[in-house]
Amino acid sequence: MSAERGAKKVRNRFLTVLAIISFAVFLQQAPNLLDGYKIRIMNMIAINAILGLSLNLIYGMAGMFSLGHAGFMAVGAYVSALLILTPAQKTAMWILDPIAPWLLGVHAPFLISILAAGLAAAFFGWLISMPVLRLGGDYLGIATLGFSEILRILITNLTPITNGPLGLKGIPAHTNLRVSYGILLVTLFCTVRLMKSNFGNVIKAVRDDETAARTMGINTFQTRVLAFTIGCFGAGVGGALMGNIITTIDPRMFTINQTYNTLMIVVIGGLGSITGSVVGSVLVTVMLEWLRFVENPIMIGSTQLFLSGKPGMRMVIFSLLLIGVIIFRREGVMGMKEFSWDRLFSFFSRQRGDAA
Amino acid sequence: MSGPALSLRGLVLRFGGLLAVNDLTMEVPRGGIVGLIGPNGAGKTSVFNVVTGFYKPASGYVEFSPQEGPARKITGLPPHEICRAGLARTFQNIRLFGNATAVENVMAGAYVREKSRWWMNILPLFPSAMREEREIRESAAAMLERLGLEKYMDAAASSLPYGAQRRLEIARALSTKPSFLLLDEPAAGMNPQESAELLTFIRNLRDEFSLSILLIEHDMKVVMGVCEHIWVLDQGSLIANGKPDEIKKDPRVIEAYLGKEAANA
Ligand SMILES: Nc1ncnc2c1ncn2[C@@H]1O[C@H](COP(=O)(O)OP(=O)(O)OP(=O)(O)O)[C@@H](O)[C@H]1O
Ligand SMILES: [Mg+2]
Repeated sequence: MSAERGAKKVRNRFLTVLAIISFAVFLQQAPNLLDGYKIRIMNMIAINAILGLSLNLIYGMAGMFSLGHAGFMAVGAYVSALLILTPAQKTAMWILDPIAPWLLGVHAPFLISILAAGLAAAFFGWLISMPVLRLGGDYLGIATLGFSEILRILITNLTPITNGPLGLKGIPAHTNLRVSYGILLVTLFCTVRLMKSNFGNVIKAVRDDETAARTMGINTFQTRVLAFTIGCFGAGVGGALMGNIITTIDPRMFTINQTYNTLMIVVIGGLGSITGSVVGSVLVTVMLEWLRFVENPIMIGSTQLFLSGKPGMRMVIFSLLLIGVIIFRREGVMGMKEFSWDRLFSFFSRQRGDAA
Repeated sequence: MSGPALSLRGLVLRFGGLLAVNDLTMEVPRGGIVGLIGPNGAGKTSVFNVVTGFYKPASGYVEFSPQEGPARKITGLPPHEICRAGLARTFQNIRLFGNATAVENVMAGAYVREKSRWWMNILPLFPSAMREEREIRESAAAMLERLGLEKYMDAAASSLPYGAQRRLEIARALSTKPSFLLLDEPAAGMNPQESAELLTFIRNLRDEFSLSILLIEHDMKVVMGVCEHIWVLDQGSLIANGKPDEIKKDPRVIEAYLGKEAANA
């Protein structure tokens, strides 16, 4: 029994490593196989998965309904961009107000800037979590949404630091498939390890029954602050990568719409499921791109299809899809479950059994 | 033998105009199994909620003597620190971590005694943290086995049969390594055979884990069978206390439970 278990464990490890290696080989070959547009979508899938995982930690695992993700992404995007822009670029870009002198010379390599982005977002997350997580429940969504808007308006108005509404342009692009999937792999690894540790049990315990958790000696407030702060770190990293791949950022990029996209990834993938967030990211990213066509006029013969070509239509359709998910499959694609090789095998053997 | 494990002194608890606990003074000796009984709404669960730090009493205090060290006032401490001090409880309406498996429930209970920090288990760089995690998992499994729950190890807690859920709640409470256990109606929803087994079960728990136990129970067979001393509450006030035989005969207790006529009959 236990020997069989051990053998299965070895097999599953082997399959996981094999899958990662084959995917890495595919990524290596991707630039030869795919055009620039598809590569960009591949990158966005990885970045959205990082964002989804970070919001999933906050909302799915720890049960805190946060609508502040875009604000923390903005912090990350700006911190990273400001660290990798050259002094010459900075001098040229600030035309409304001169740039703060101390900022001009601040510079860091790309990967360090990503780390700094995460830390800065985590700091703001920690700062707001202190007063806000005492509220709990429904107020949390409203308060985090408000804080996210405050961050955005600060960014719009702190012109000497952020270049205000003009945003930052010409950010040196470092993000390629290797970087985005490398960071996704690290994020996945850390999330899985965290949630498999006993602290992961504690995070879920606080979500499932706060009263019981407190009775079992868990400092629930501290646990939530920690989960929220770690999630914000991920938001900062994801925001930095997103800014870097687009190479242009401005405050309008980080409205509630951005939070909404990430929320869809988490809900569609399955609240509390790590693999679900990755699946959700693939579905949402691809769907959002694919639905762009409805924003172009669709001609049937010589008449334009009703409502096609209206800007914002894809969000309408997407919102309808989300409502559909909530009504018909509230637990998302994965539910709270995780993908596992065992489940995959038993699924196929069941299929075969049915056919025989 | 030193003083009592738990003593309540002049506890008063109000909900608006309702006096839920009225000037309650009682104690539980170290190593004792003591009952707290009374009709519905007498204020028994409210007493538990004051002891475990969920309600702040209007006046009075609770003093707890841990296994080692002097007695300390625990009134005013947050619930998680009261648990850390060595008090654990179960709930009248079972409160498990429903989405987690049985073993995860017990492991979460052990977190309060865990020494390694949360970040130590992300990278496999800290042998002591890895060892501690493994030990926690192993002792959680052993605890489930001890309480006859091994076949539910990896089942979702909410999917367990009712009696097993009650036992799992006790297993989770024990994994916090308490010296004092509060059980709120452990026999509720059990059939006669299960509640008969409960008697020896509770006694064994006390001996094995060197606990003092305070339990609320409506099932008189259980109360009379296992408790060494009984405190009776009615409408927030203490109306009697004594050995099971004395309580059985006490006219005030009979009146509180059955009404005046029965007491006079
Ligand atoms: N949070 C609360 N707010 C207001 N009233 C409460 C609250 N909790 C308990 N009460 C009231 O306090 C009184 C005592 O309740 P408690 O739950 O302690 O009774 P109990 O002895 O445990 O009863 P039972 O045997 O039915 O469990 C009841 O009248 C109850 O309605
Ligand atoms: Mg009660």
